[in-house]
Amino acid sequence: MMANINDLRNIASQVRRDILRMTHGAASGHPGGSLGCADLMSALYFSELRHSPLQFSMDGREQDLFFLSNGHISPVWYSVLARSGYFPVKELVTFRKLGTRLQGHPTTAEDLPGVRVASGSLGMGLSVAIGAALAKRLNQDSHLVYVLTGDGELEEGQIWEAALFAAARKLDNLIAIVDWNGQQIDGPVEKVMPLGDLGAKWKAFGWEVLGMDGHDMDDILATLRQAREACFQGHPVMILMKTVMGKGVDFMEGTHHWHGVAPKDDELSRALAQLEETLGDY
Amino acid sequence: MTISYENTGNKDTRSGFGAALLELGNTHPEVVALCADLTGSLKMDAFEKAFPGRFFQTGIAEANMMSIAAGLTIGGKVPFTGTFANFSTGRVFDQIRQNIAYSRKNVKICASHAGLTLGEDGATHQILEDIGLMRMLPNMTVINPCDYNQTYAATLAVADHQGPVYLRFGRPSVPNFTPRDQSFEIGRALIMKEGRDVSLFATGHLVWKALEASRILEAEGISAEVVNIHTIKPLDEESVLTSVSKTGCAVSAEEHQRNGGLGDAIAQLLALKRPSPLEMVAVDDRFGESGKPEELLTKYGLDTVDVVRAARRALARR
Repeated sequence: MMANINDLRNIASQVRRDILRMTHGAASGHPGGSLGCADLMSALYFSELRHSPLQFSMDGREQDLFFLSNGHISPVWYSVLARSGYFPVKELVTFRKLGTRLQGHPTTAEDLPGVRVASGSLGMGLSVAIGAALAKRLNQDSHLVYVLTGDGELEEGQIWEAALFAAARKLDNLIAIVDWNGQQIDGPVEKVMPLGDLGAKWKAFGWEVLGMDGHDMDDILATLRQAREACFQGHPVMILMKTVMGKGVDFMEGTHHWHGVAPKDDELSRALAQLEETLGDY
Repeated sequence: MTISYENTGNKDTRSGFGAALLELGNTHPEVVALCADLTGSLKMDAFEKAFPGRFFQTGIAEANMMSIAAGLTIGGKVPFTGTFANFSTGRVFDQIRQNIAYSRKNVKICASHAGLTLGEDGATHQILEDIGLMRMLPNMTVINPCDYNQTYAATLAVADHQGPVYLRFGRPSVPNFTPRDQSFEIGRALIMKEGRDVSLFATGHLVWKALEASRILEAEGISAEVVNIHTIKPLDEESVLTSVSKTGCAVSAEEHQRNGGLGDAIAQLLALKRPSPLEMVAVDDRFGESGKPEELLTKYGLDTVDVVRAARRALARR
């Protein structure tokens, strides 16, 4: 499924509507980071990934794999999974409700197609992706493994254990993406725990580092292509993706307030008025 | 039927693991191994040498190792992780909980140097809480074999078992007394010696102590049944209840804290299904210390004589 750039923009608008309606419906969840990653996730699931949404298999042989390490932005993932065909779009209404497959944080316990490991407790997804990439290498499967992490998540020590390992073992079928929105629960990342020169850090660890504007669809597509081309050259690839938390809804943009707060009725109306319904609400 | 168990020569249980892992390398192409800088201690060096492409040295980064192992299962691999029991459980509990147990990944967590018998390194390394930590996790199977031969058999068995396993073994050379070519059935307790008066439920290194204790008790006219609980979870409830129905009282024996271990599991079962006197041979809510393995077992009340005394107490309460 290779959507063109206008399609992708339209999909991202619908995904943002889904995120807002899901978190509103659950009266909980994490809209801010989800909105910020809507453009990337639309590009991945509707253009870049070589995958088979209708025939999900846990081992994902001969497919590109995606892992969400910052599991709290599950709304954006569930939306693109459903919209790309992994499960019925109408199931989005069950998000965070008793008995749902769409748990607050993604899990394999409910056998939701598209999810291959539980995430939520931070800092682990990069390591899991490394394991999946090693298995692909052993299986002589030339498809790629993608993983998305938060920027605050880089404060977890395990991330740097993984950074060291992937470069040392020349794991070059792995593309990691950091959602660099500069916000975390307690405030700006630069205040809570400054990350310093992230590009220099990943380069020093031996990664190929690319930068990307996470809201410019042209740049997203070009950078993802560049990342794919940088694979199989002896280095893992890191994309530092600049985003705005809450992107697409004016009163949610650029603040950590909407990290883990759902919109109320009037806020939902104001937010939806800013986003075109392109594919039909669930 | 009662077999008389003889020590065929002391051996370390970790070497049983290492030998079986090498065997699995030959028989199970999907088996891979990971180690966090303790390849020699875990006896994984033979596997590493024979199958370098299927061995992953992670360096001193156990959290990374556990999550990588979970990821490897996604491509159909059966990963065996190796490090000390302390670093296999407490240090990485959240990685195991989220990526392995909750995610139902087919990872075999292989843990050496468990318990006091790690010896001179002292309490920082002598984990006595690992069985409890792993037993609490849904989906986790917990196995603690008693000697070299049984560790060998258990290692082979877990490779064919679908699902997360915690396999616990130790550092010191201890009596090797179970059959060389035994079959190993996960979740099935083994009656080592039949008896009428008291049930001795032991796991790991304490199985031999329980057998020794049964000989002393025999001389006192007390007929002790010795049951080897190599699988602590799922507990073989039927075997435990059948034995206690016959004897009317029980002793648990393990190289672990009294809280959370085999004794706790048996106490819970008996309280719910068949209230009976139970005495526990275990470490009583304290940390260990440096010393020789046998000295530590004596000081912390895990020796043969402690099992004998516990049996007498249980009988007196019957």
